[in-house]
Amino acid sequence: MNGVHDMGGMDGFGKVEPEPNEPVFHEEWESRVLAMVRAMGAAGAFNIDTSRFYRETIPPHVYLSSSYYKKWFLGLEEMLIEKGYLTREEVAAGHAMQPAKALKHGKFDLGQVERIMVRGKFARPAPAPAKFKIGDKVRTKNIHPATHTRLPRYVRGHVGIVELNHGCHVFPDSAAMELGENPQWLYTVVFEGRDLWGADGDPTSKVSIDAFEPYLDPA
Amino acid sequence: MSDHHHHHDHDHSELSETELRVRALETILTEKGYVEPAALDAIIQAYETRIGPHNGARVVAKAWSDPAFKTALLEDGSKAIGTLGHVSRVGDHLVVVENTPQRHNMVVCTLCSCYPWEMLGLPPVWYKAAPYRSRAVKDPRGVLADFGVQVAKDVEIRVWDSTAETRFLVLPMRPAGTDGWSEEQLAELVTRDSMIGTGFPKAPGAPS
Repeated sequence: MNGVHDMGGMDGFGKVEPEPNEPVFHEEWESRVLAMVRAMGAAGAFNIDTSRFYRETIPPHVYLSSSYYKKWFLGLEEMLIEKGYLTREEVAAGHAMQPAKALKHGKFDLGQVERIMVRGKFARPAPAPAKFKIGDKVRTKNIHPATHTRLPRYVRGHVGIVELNHGCHVFPDSAAMELGENPQWLYTVVFEGRDLWGADGDPTSKVSIDAFEPYLDPA
Repeated sequence: MSDHHHHHDHDHSELSETELRVRALETILTEKGYVEPAALDAIIQAYETRIGPHNGARVVAKAWSDPAFKTALLEDGSKAIGTLGHVSRVGDHLVVVENTPQRHNMVVCTLCSCYPWEMLGLPPVWYKAAPYRSRAVKDPRGVLADFGVQVAKDVEIRVWDSTAETRFLVLPMRPAGTDGWSEEQLAELVTRDSMIGTGFPKAPGAPS
């Protein structure tokens, strides 16, 4: 979706402000939100792409004025309600009122913690040979799905070069909508800064994205 | 955690409301038997203690010291790090990109905040915020200037936008004047930002 989350190339947000000696969390609730998101994801309530999509659907004015963990919280609460793990009445009451919905991988308990310290696996067997090889010229498609996609707006319609082939991976556009993993070839595609940003672009800059094969046409 | 609290007057009430909502959600998830609070505590503890930039720093120091490891690391980051038992485990598709006198690498996630957690811990606020996510791809030298970092005009700036489940770690250049240093000494010079590409390693003898 063409949301405010797709920030690459936007102007007006000001300077980057690094915080010296930044703590891991600024508030205790942030740590609880992080842990709940990781735990409920690992328990099978949602996949990572679905959780990203829920954060993207936060209304733009709320998205822009919320901290990172606030967005995580808003996305988590809405997703768990819509997927039937809790109800709005329970959220309003602050207590469980309905029977639990079974989780795909069961309750997240202490025994599950170590397995989430390593990222999940996203590589899948290839359903078809790769269409592109390293060095190929490709053009990103001009697509504007209203649902989740990982093709940022700033590269759409531009020509780049295939630089790396990462194999076949779960396709976020499908997985986010719970339409299956639909594995697709994944490539690093590199663009010249001036091709993306015009004559005013930095002539010494290059930008790459990791692009799934359905995002690309031969050029 | 109380030492991490620093409420600001203007957002105190908003934060209080958020705290209440977060607490309510955890109560519901616990009462419904979805999560065990002690397991949430353990996740938090891991990110507060075990998983941080020291993991990445050890990998970088090893690559500076051991040419065969460096070659393997650039070939397949996840596989090479998997051979180092003492460093935290790492998932698939970690791509290590090398800074050279000709090229400076920088990592961003314009769409959300993808970041190599296993190597660097949780990302800092600036990495997740709009100024960095919006400008890193369009004006990377301007962003570097915000960090007080200057890269020579004839050096290529390569920005890696993390748009999939690949993760990127920058291998910075080894500082001069460190001949004969041990991996432990070298690791002390490796900063988090130098592995994101928004900084350089510390110079030997610089205050830490």
